[in-house]
Amino acid sequence: MLTPTQTKAPSAILTPRDWEAHPSYVYPGYKSTVKRGPQKPLVPLKASLGELQQPVYGHDSIGEFDHDLTRNARKNGEPLGERMILTGQVLDERRRPVANTLVELWQANASGRYVHKVDQHDAPLDPNFLGAGRCLTDSEGRYRFLTIKPGAYPWGNHPNAWRPQHIHLSLFGQSFASRLVTQMYFPGDPLLQYDPMITGTPERYRNRLIADFSLDITEEGYALGYQFDIVLRGADETPFENR
Amino acid sequence: MTLMSAQEADFGQTPSQTVGPYFAYGLTATQYGYDFNQPFDAVVALDNAAGERIRLEGRVIDGDGNPIGDALVEISQADGEGNYPQTPAEARDIGFRAFGRTGTGTDSQNRFVFHTVKPGAETPGEAPHINVIVLMRGLLLHAFTRVYFSDEAEANAKDAVLASVPAERRHTLVAERVEQGGAVSYRFDIRMQGADETVFFDV
Repeated sequence: MLTPTQTKAPSAILTPRDWEAHPSYVYPGYKSTVKRGPQKPLVPLKASLGELQQPVYGHDSIGEFDHDLTRNARKNGEPLGERMILTGQVLDERRRPVANTLVELWQANASGRYVHKVDQHDAPLDPNFLGAGRCLTDSEGRYRFLTIKPGAYPWGNHPNAWRPQHIHLSLFGQSFASRLVTQMYFPGDPLLQYDPMITGTPERYRNRLIADFSLDITEEGYALGYQFDIVLRGADETPFENR
Repeated sequence: MTLMSAQEADFGQTPSQTVGPYFAYGLTATQYGYDFNQPFDAVVALDNAAGERIRLEGRVIDGDGNPIGDALVEISQADGEGNYPQTPAEARDIGFRAFGRTGTGTDSQNRFVFHTVKPGAETPGEAPHINVIVLMRGLLLHAFTRVYFSDEAEANAKDAVLASVPAERRHTLVAERVEQGGAVSYRFDIRMQGADETVFFDV
């Protein structure tokens, strides 16, 4: 039975959100932010019991192949594209591993097409690839996915706009308040400099969104390896129990 | 000696990015009809959960006043006795998961609708409330807010978090109780911008 580690100490207060590292809510280069990002100042709130709870999920939430996107949606063969291993550690700011936490992932297929009904890009769908997966981190905070490198795709934000290749990731960490949704990008992608989603992040923190290629993670004759560590807010004053 | 990686050279919190328009099959696959399960859904409390059964429903509204059809709402709350289950087994026993997730794209009015119980107070002096996270295309960092209840005026008046909110904005955090045919709903619209912009918290 998988039993997620729970926060038992309401007095445990998280490290503050690093507002410098996050994009601001309204970033006109990314048009959709203009009518959607909050405009009034946030009201400070010291995390209380509710914000320190972690969602409860069980082994029934995660299927045998959910970490392997090359297998979890197969209909009649292998998905097309470049197989890749995506792995890394989920850590807090003191480099403590965040064990047994849920990592959810979604992405376009190798030709840059999402399965999503409103994706109008005319690149082909892949009958053997859904592009969604999930896993739990191990005792050292490590996660590992086997997937297909996503393609770039056009979008309507600005003239000749193409999104760089990227993978979406969703994590909870130790509590509701440490929730993070982010995107992982690939090193050397020429589109990075033109993409307002990544350039909305202050320049000196953008490297935190770019994975490292790794020949050590790469598997001989099979899949390329990328490492992407993810750093969440952790407990500040009182250590969380069971850690 | 190996070269320090780009990531390692700049260790710290990973920046947030938008959930984008295409999260549905990753996070809410069953709700949207994709062939993949989802770990969380809109049912937070089963019939045996402690507390008064309620629906929490509302819309997420953009700066032009339009309801947003590609938003994702997550809630976390205590049960009717102020408790959170700590394990999947306990959640099963008490019929209460404490956490819900739903997208606004499968309802004709772009509503989110949670099936839950009215929470009890978590600690003495705190008014009952539900913690909310809003995510969507165009939101670069998810937004935190809270739902308080219109029939808890006395407890709300004593709540320290509500007291920290400017008085003229507190109403944006209070859901309206609606009783219809024996069913209880609380209506809570989340306004991203404008004169009645919902209060969002720096948690």
